[in-house]
Amino acid sequence: MIIHSIFFYFFSIIAIFSSLMVITSRNTINSVFFLILDFISVGCLFIMVGAEFLGMIILIVYVGAVAVLFLFVVMMLNVAEQKNSWFTGKETKHIHSGLIVGNLVLLELLVVVGGWKYKDDLMSSSTLVLSNTSNTHQLGLVMYTDYILYFQLAGIILLLSMIGAILLTFRERVGVKRQSYINQISRNPSSAIELKDVESNKGVKIDD
Amino acid sequence: MTEIGLGHYLSLGAIIFFLGILGIFLNRKNVIVILMSIELILLAVNINLISFSIFSGDIVGQIFTMLILTIAAAEAAIGLAIILIYYRNRGSIRVEDIHGMKG
Repeated sequence: MIIHSIFFYFFSIIAIFSSLMVITSRNTINSVFFLILDFISVGCLFIMVGAEFLGMIILIVYVGAVAVLFLFVVMMLNVAEQKNSWFTGKETKHIHSGLIVGNLVLLELLVVVGGWKYKDDLMSSSTLVLSNTSNTHQLGLVMYTDYILYFQLAGIILLLSMIGAILLTFRERVGVKRQSYINQISRNPSSAIELKDVESNKGVKIDD
Repeated sequence: MTEIGLGHYLSLGAIIFFLGILGIFLNRKNVIVILMSIELILLAVNINLISFSIFSGDIVGQIFTMLILTIAAAEAAIGLAIILIYYRNRGSIRVEDIHGMKG
């Protein structure tokens, strides 16, 4: 159990530090890298606590797709070198309002966590970890039977977001030649071929 | 101290949630950092759901975590696409430059 607590504190300190660095780094690229570090450490925590499948999904989806998407956009937009000017800027009202709202939310969460009396047997007898079927097996047993509707709705949402992102970023370029199947198919010899009588020593001018 | 329970995980989720909200409000840089703060908030929610799911022995919390992961991925894709076309039209995504609806 001492190993468990050591690993918990290790990963959680890394997670808190890196999420702090996400919001305070001067360079946006550094923010994205700290976001990746945060996802990895939280994924390790998930694996440690017994949710192996979701820890791996965090590593694959967040680190492999979402964070790389962020990195791609940051590099494409050339905004990485914009300096952060929190405490030197002329308007400081953002800091006050942000601190007030953030501290209030943190206080509320602390009250909720502190006032909630949990039972000791709830803590120690985690039936999910102790049962002999694996985490992925349990998830599959529930997800494809009881929650199939939500699973499919999530797929529809992904499809919608894919179509939306493509439609938003699609732009028709001028001056680019494209292959048009309709024009290719609808050609016939009478419109495509022209016969000319070529005189000797004169040549013929084509494509004018 | 050595016994890691539900409270530790909930505290970790609360701290990350707090840092995400702080990142949204304190940001003066660009909109991408705000999107990353939203990702942090969703991650904190995931930590809460998974720790409740593990410590109370119910698998449903992990199902909802997976749905939140889906929504987070969709939101990141749409948000980054919006940021991309905003940058293409205006040439800047600094937070203080975005005041087109201010009137």
